[in-house]
Amino acid sequence: MVIVVLLHMLRVFFTNALHRPREFNWLLGVTLLLITAGANFTGYLLPWDQRAYWAVTVGASLLQYIPLMGEQIAHFILGGPEVDAATLTNFYGLHVAVLPMLLFAIMSFHIWRARKDGFSVPRDLGEAPTSKVERVTTIPHLISREAIFALAVIALLFVWALLVNAPLEEAADPAHSPNPAKAAWYFMGIQELLMHFHPFFAAIVIPALGLILLILLPYFSPDMDGEGIWFGTRKGRWLVALGGLLGIVGTIAMVWFDEHYLDLTELMPSLPAVISNGWIPLVWLLAMLWLYWELLRQGFHALQSEARLSLFTLLLTSFITLTVIGQLFRGEGMSLTLPF
Amino acid sequence: MNRRTFVKAATAGLAALAGGEIAYIGWKFAAPRAAAGEFGGIFEVGAAVDFPPGSVTPITNGRFYLVRQVDGGFLAVYRQCTHLGCSVPWEPAQAQFVCPCHGSAFEMDGKILNPPAPRPLDLFELTIEDGQINVNTGRKIQRDNTDKNFAVYMEDQA
Repeated sequence: MVIVVLLHMLRVFFTNALHRPREFNWLLGVTLLLITAGANFTGYLLPWDQRAYWAVTVGASLLQYIPLMGEQIAHFILGGPEVDAATLTNFYGLHVAVLPMLLFAIMSFHIWRARKDGFSVPRDLGEAPTSKVERVTTIPHLISREAIFALAVIALLFVWALLVNAPLEEAADPAHSPNPAKAAWYFMGIQELLMHFHPFFAAIVIPALGLILLILLPYFSPDMDGEGIWFGTRKGRWLVALGGLLGIVGTIAMVWFDEHYLDLTELMPSLPAVISNGWIPLVWLLAMLWLYWELLRQGFHALQSEARLSLFTLLLTSFITLTVIGQLFRGEGMSLTLPF
Repeated sequence: MNRRTFVKAATAGLAALAGGEIAYIGWKFAAPRAAAGEFGGIFEVGAAVDFPPGSVTPITNGRFYLVRQVDGGFLAVYRQCTHLGCSVPWEPAQAQFVCPCHGSAFEMDGKILNPPAPRPLDLFELTIEDGQINVNTGRKIQRDNTDKNFAVYMEDQA
């Protein structure tokens, strides 16, 4: 569900359907994304096996790095200082009742708002916006398509569940942490960041920056007529491809370099780790991103909208690469190993 | 004030009351409850003389290790790693706590030997009464460094 929700978000972004008057609906969408992640996190604990127990322990421990209130927030969410019976009760209530109700309410609002703002009309590259848009009745045209798709997905899930067992490891044992102890897959990007940055930066600062960027996205005025057109312009297309490729290659290169050759705390032992392994690499990364932006604008003469598409794609594929590395290429002791 | 403003104000007041009640219930449901006797309460670990100096004894239900230092002082060391919450086993061969998750290592008293742990292992309040050791797992002691000696000694050894 997390993946499907993400794909929808990407579709909206890449068809430039998030600007005026749709900014508020984008924010509703971001809220739904966070609730979906929360639903996934609370559900992850319910099997109460080793994987569930420690994934939630690690995930909740990340919250402790929030300044000032971190420990209280973590204890509130867990219902205590550790994952315990209280945690299971809370997560169960959240997962089967509270979050679904919230999702239902906000999703209704989101869909109503999409209709009120007007659906963005899909167009081909270079096609002018038409004022004459053909309209059909919701019933049966939309409902039939939604019903067919929903039934197909349910059927597929059903067959999958028949053929493949849901994973279940041995029962949770609070005394013994597995090696490696990994969070759920959608948090592995952040856990991989933890291998390279001080925890405050990996778990709080960088995800916060990402979230702030997501929230600000619809408010940058587009300087092209790209609504409904995938990637906006012809240049937008290959700049997105370029950004995507750079994100993958750059991330792999930096992970490799940091793992084998770089030890910032050792290079600058007089500085506290928060600075040598936190502020300094973050500022360096932001400088690199700014350089890329300038390359796009001055070197490739990209419009702001095109440059934004490219930069977003770079950050997106970087995060996906981190997630893949964390999920598949980290073995015992969180060392870089092949997945087979 | 006319009827309309009165009804509006009354509705708003009742809505605020309802909101407050829901918030209260939500808080009571989710907030940490006082533990019923076990972890979160006081453990009677046993007689002080039963633990030789230099020993590390895991107290599983209490989630801590009863450490008796070489100088005879007692410490109750919380088994939760200060990095991301994994349970840290005591490795007798290396005479260290070594965390399996990311390799943090700690000495017998919780002092950091290897990152990425950001602070020494936490302690629980420990008292000795009539030669019996009591550990209060509801009272956690967090430290930035191991400069201060929190070890508790028997009367004749202090």
